[in-house]
Amino acid sequence: MSIKRQGYIVGAYEHPTRKAPDRSVAQLHAEAAAGALADAGLSKDDVDGYFCAGDAPGLGPIAMADYMNLRLRHLDSTDLGGCSYIAHVAHAAEAIAAGRCEVALITLAGRPRSEGQSGTRARAAAGDAPNLPWEAAFRPVTTNMYAMCAARHMYQYGTTAEQLAWIKVAASHHAQHNPHAMLRDVVTVEQVLASPIIADPLHRMDCCVVTDGGGALVVTSASVARGLQRPLVRLLGAAETVQGQNGGVLNLTCSGAIRTGPEAFTMAGVRPADIQYASVYDSFTITVLIQLEDLGFCAKGEGGRFVADGNLISGVGKLPWNTDGGGLCNNHPANRGGITKVIEAVRQLRGEAHPAVQVPNCGLALAHGTGGLLGSRHGSASLILERV
Amino acid sequence: MGESVLPSPEASPESEVFVAAAREGRFLIRRCTACGKPHWYPRALCPFCFGSTVWEQASGRGTIYSLSTMRRVDPPYTIAYVALEEGPIMMTNLVDGDALAIGAPVTLVWVAAADGTPVPCFRQP
Ligand SMILES: [Zn+2]
Repeated sequence: MSIKRQGYIVGAYEHPTRKAPDRSVAQLHAEAAAGALADAGLSKDDVDGYFCAGDAPGLGPIAMADYMNLRLRHLDSTDLGGCSYIAHVAHAAEAIAAGRCEVALITLAGRPRSEGQSGTRARAAAGDAPNLPWEAAFRPVTTNMYAMCAARHMYQYGTTAEQLAWIKVAASHHAQHNPHAMLRDVVTVEQVLASPIIADPLHRMDCCVVTDGGGALVVTSASVARGLQRPLVRLLGAAETVQGQNGGVLNLTCSGAIRTGPEAFTMAGVRPADIQYASVYDSFTITVLIQLEDLGFCAKGEGGRFVADGNLISGVGKLPWNTDGGGLCNNHPANRGGITKVIEAVRQLRGEAHPAVQVPNCGLALAHGTGGLLGSRHGSASLILERV
Repeated sequence: MGESVLPSPEASPESEVFVAAAREGRFLIRRCTACGKPHWYPRALCPFCFGSTVWEQASGRGTIYSLSTMRRVDPPYTIAYVALEEGPIMMTNLVDGDALAIGAPVTLVWVAAADGTPVPCFRQP
């Protein structure tokens, strides 16, 4: 059973808040859900499938289904870190194709900004993670684990800090048009390089924002989607995987996208050059560069040259990317970037992105994410979407 | 400048022998009795073939695969992946990271964590 052309994204909503000390995490999930259902023209009672990941409070789907008082036939709490929601779209399409549900709701929310979290400090990890006895003493945190990927990529391929900075510059060019973005100032390569080093070789402006907020998606069958008033956006290709340290035979210059990219493109029957808009996860600038190579937008090692000189800026370069400003400038709710990647891809395919960044006649888009830590173990999920 | 103290490693049935050997200054890695490959981090089942694994003493010599110095804490510290002479690449800390670069040879040095447990770090030979 193929899920190609099986799931339709009919609702997409990004919570406008970036700081929410006065809201609970469950409330943010529910507000995002309400927004996505309103966007679709559906009601809470239409939902019969629910998808959430590790950011959901309590026992995940049990707590949230009770809080929102949903009556469900299908639940899925697959946690691939920040890319979970990209995988959830494919899982929803599978469930719909199998007749397990007809209207699938996917939510993400969190308040890391109000809770004072930072990428320079260790986050609470599951106490029984098998790597902890061998790694926790060395103080791996988000920033230095991505920084080691950048250092190795620079060593192996000659990638430069200037090239990485171009990724942040592109994000900032897009964020200036997003009234909800946390950082709206356009920055230059020089400004990125002048920002303080957090973990060598990454500067502060190589790092994404820490924001409170959330987002939600609604995925339905073709028959439900065709009865609604929204432009039709459907799944064309999808793939997911995990990548770890491979028993000590590791490669910090490649991500799981090296497997999910080709698999998703093969399912979709299209090539990277056909993609008109790409949402690619940007926890750090290096994350983007490595994933673009792995997805096949350029050869391995060529990422630095590919992203330079504005090539990712909509209307300027060859690959319009993260036109909402991405995690680097706009939003990174719950320290997880997956759902906002899908939301902006849906906006582009509907023609509802900001006019200054809208890709003309956008018919084919990609959303890709990484969850966990690129430098040790991470999930990867790719999604190719088409406008019908 | 503050004092750098490594967090104490979690205890685990799979690390007891390693820690006991470390207290005697011996650095152990684990090798598969079926496929013959060493791996890191150590585990009871071989991550390449699910064969049984046994401890062996490693040389403590290696080269830096990657590194990053965290500047936003006091004092800064350098995390690294070191490729051991025996093959596996392991996460560690460098005690003199600012003097080192990718490809540089390094040698094992035991550093006491907060609770006194010796932790395998590396430095210039
Ligand atoms: Zn083996």
